[in-house]
Amino acid sequence: MSRVEHLDEIVEAFGPHLHDAPHDGWRADRVIDRVVPTHCPYCGVQCGMNLLVEQNHVVGIEPRYDFPVNEGRLCPKGVTAYLQVHHPDRLLHPLVKRNGRFERASWDAALDLVVSKFHELQAAHGKDSIGVYSGSSLTTEKTYLMGKFARAGLGTRYVDYNGRLCMVSAAAANNKAFGIDRAANPWSDIPLAEVLLIAGSNCAETFPVLNKFLWQQRDNGGRWIIVDPRETPTARQGDLHLQLRPGTDVALANGMLHVLIEENLIDQNFIDSRTNDWLSTRELALRYTPEHAAQICGVPPEKIVAAARLYGRAKTAVVMHARGIEHHSNGVNNVLSYINLVLATGKIGAPGRGYGTITGQGNGQGGREHGQKADQLPGQRSITNPEHRKHVCKVWGLPEEELPQAGVSVVEMFTKMGEGEIRGLLSICNNVMVSLPDINQIRRSLEDLDFYVCIDFFMSEGARYADVVLPGSAWSEDEGVTCNSEGRVVKINKANDPPGEARADWWIVQEIARRMGRGKYFSFNSPREIFDELRVASRGGNADYYGITWEKIEQNNGIFWPCPSEDHPGTPRLFEDRFYHADGKARFHPIEFNPPKEIPDEEFPLILTSGRVVYQYLSGNQTRRIGFLVEQCPEPYVEVHPETALKLKINDGERVRVVSRRGEGVFPVLVVRTIRPDTIFIPYHWGEQLAVNQLTNPVLDPISKIPEFKACAARIEKTHSRQLPILGKQRKGASASEVRRG
Amino acid sequence: MEETMFIDPQRCIGCRACVAACRECATHKGYPMIFVDYIDRAETTATMPTVCMHCKEPTCALVCPADAIKMTDDGVVMSALKPRCLDCRNCVNACPFGVPKYNSQMHLQMKCDMCYDRSSEGLKPMCASVCPTGAISFGKYEQIVPLRRTKPVNVHVFGNQKVETKVYLMLPADADEVKVDGCGVFEGMLTRADVSVPTEESWIDTQVEQSDKSNEF
Repeated sequence: MSRVEHLDEIVEAFGPHLHDAPHDGWRADRVIDRVVPTHCPYCGVQCGMNLLVEQNHVVGIEPRYDFPVNEGRLCPKGVTAYLQVHHPDRLLHPLVKRNGRFERASWDAALDLVVSKFHELQAAHGKDSIGVYSGSSLTTEKTYLMGKFARAGLGTRYVDYNGRLCMVSAAAANNKAFGIDRAANPWSDIPLAEVLLIAGSNCAETFPVLNKFLWQQRDNGGRWIIVDPRETPTARQGDLHLQLRPGTDVALANGMLHVLIEENLIDQNFIDSRTNDWLSTRELALRYTPEHAAQICGVPPEKIVAAARLYGRAKTAVVMHARGIEHHSNGVNNVLSYINLVLATGKIGAPGRGYGTITGQGNGQGGREHGQKADQLPGQRSITNPEHRKHVCKVWGLPEEELPQAGVSVVEMFTKMGEGEIRGLLSICNNVMVSLPDINQIRRSLEDLDFYVCIDFFMSEGARYADVVLPGSAWSEDEGVTCNSEGRVVKINKANDPPGEARADWWIVQEIARRMGRGKYFSFNSPREIFDELRVASRGGNADYYGITWEKIEQNNGIFWPCPSEDHPGTPRLFEDRFYHADGKARFHPIEFNPPKEIPDEEFPLILTSGRVVYQYLSGNQTRRIGFLVEQCPEPYVEVHPETALKLKINDGERVRVVSRRGEGVFPVLVVRTIRPDTIFIPYHWGEQLAVNQLTNPVLDPISKIPEFKACAARIEKTHSRQLPILGKQRKGASASEVRRG
Repeated sequence: MEETMFIDPQRCIGCRACVAACRECATHKGYPMIFVDYIDRAETTATMPTVCMHCKEPTCALVCPADAIKMTDDGVVMSALKPRCLDCRNCVNACPFGVPKYNSQMHLQMKCDMCYDRSSEGLKPMCASVCPTGAISFGKYEQIVPLRRTKPVNVHVFGNQKVETKVYLMLPADADEVKVDGCGVFEGMLTRADVSVPTEESWIDTQVEQSDKSNEF
């Protein structure tokens, strides 16, 4: 029997339904009780916003002009974010599944059921039979709590988080090259750069407000080099658009390094005094002539030369990248090959000279610092390091032998579920049936579980598979900190109480631990108490929060970590005098090009890449319920170049079947000249039959364990469907025939 | 000079944050009065925001048989006055920019009023507040000119009609007016005979040419 027998009933009860107005409609006669300054729940820019509160209801937003990162700016997701708070789909009480149907339960009954199942499974199969899968849209306090809950509460080694599907390749590469995992520069350095090199980031759609800094740089006379297989709205404005074949970044970066060396655009003093392992990297790069690189990556050699000269000759430059280069089985190597460019030219550690990944989730940075990663303890400490284990056990008061060893990444956890090693799962802040690769396999793993409990505030596609769903809090219903993509720790403030019987997430998790008999490690009365313990736990680690207090954050519009003492101002720019390896030096890594694991062949001749649209956030569990956003982009589509469309005899708007070795899905076609002819693109925010992750390749990067979302082999088949697509604003606007009259 | 809006289409990323935010202005009652359109999605991701240009002699007001469309002293053209609006839609058809829309639920012509409840109190309009890139900006002429490489232009020529507007379009530095023929909106009609905007191709050529001739590749 399947875990989701009555899908229609679940959808009818819990949505997604569209909701598009404040809880009591659009009114001009409001009396606002409170204006709560806080930050957006969505991406890693963490824009400041003011929530307008009337009688414990969030009824609108007002721009927060005084927050320096965005100065009032917001994207459409941010403007409409408050509409999720009182959404009719909100989960209002605990749900327990009986005979395939969710039934209302009391908190006591639901929590006792969870605890008895966990006890039962652990007694029969050992502590490690329960897995914990967390996320980075939680506040840092909650992410800290999730790591502690898994290790000290459940005693399981298996804990991981959804950053594993995000920027973890960048994290691993940053640790290898610099000895620390954080963007090196504050964004205020961007306008100071003569040249920006942006690789694999459609930041116009995924970090819209970051574009403020890009345009300030452009207004100062700056230039953009954009590396992307698609002409995104960012690439459209690039001075140089390197439209490479997906997954060939190493060849491109090595080709650029070759030119930098040949034309002596490197900084030998910097290389000699502040780096290691240059010679082997130099030797390797010399083999990648622009012609050789061009053959691999599909970018003309002249453009590679021009890009290298532009970057190399600039006195100041910033390199940024995002998921486009990180979501690969060579993700870490892709990142390292761009870091080689930064180190070879010494363009780091000074105003306008910098580097950084653009972390995706709201707390994508903070969520990977304090111990919810499979191999990590608070403060970016390592669970395999005896000194680190000792420090954290001392803070927690936990006997060292009780602290589990390292676990595995989330995709590997799902493999272990299929194999029966993990039999119970607790998930919070993720949507496994949308965001994991090859969801048909994920579904089988969920079906194999003995027990699945999900904490969420909406019924996500993944939560439908749960035995127990516990109603958690939306972002406006709790307080705590997040860390944005530049390393700035900001404070989320509470605007309203959770609706119905929904509770703050930290209370739920702590209550499970307490009922498991582990209450002595979980006696927090508020998020502030969690933060105060986190400060001590992170003390002395790379991500040192000891000197950060909530008050200090509010007074300074955020504090950049590391911040080791209360009188320390924080560290906006890293690497000014030293890197974080023991010898204070950065490391080059000679990187040989390897293609993505699956390359096109006769059967599957196209490269399928996936990504995002500006109107949806991650797995869409929040944004696919908001009318305005859904109206703009109601369903996924497949972008196809006109040459390819002609070859396949398919028309714009036609529904086609896209097939890979793992699965297939039917999508309407958007025929656009803005993509490479050998590549097709599908946005990923949808589940079930609309999921591009029915097709994606679950192969992992050997170091970061990130899945290869950005390149697999696929083919397009005609369906002869007469069903009309509903592409929303993606297709609105004049068509070519309409414009070109007269 | 007083504060006004500046529209810079090249910066537009098509995110429609302005559209979402327009609904939030208390007097707009959830109806957006700004439009963002793809120019030609098959060819490009380029998009264009359209707000009311707030003409100095508004065509919409001139054609209104009920005198329902009023201007404030500072030159903001308001939505039709509810008691006067006849639902005739003359303004909808006459506006050379295609801005006013007839709202059948409200039985009223509604259009961008530059968030008058905000801007009259010194706050920026919603769209210009949230726009991530500065494609829509609000401020004084003399403040924006030194910040941008583009030039604010507020003279639009539609065939025989010359329209001067409170709102400016940001255009290449040597443009003085926008010329539009009566049929094809903006299509190739910008006065740019002598303007050569460097395209990506020519820019690369220049880069490569200017580079050392001893380039061995």
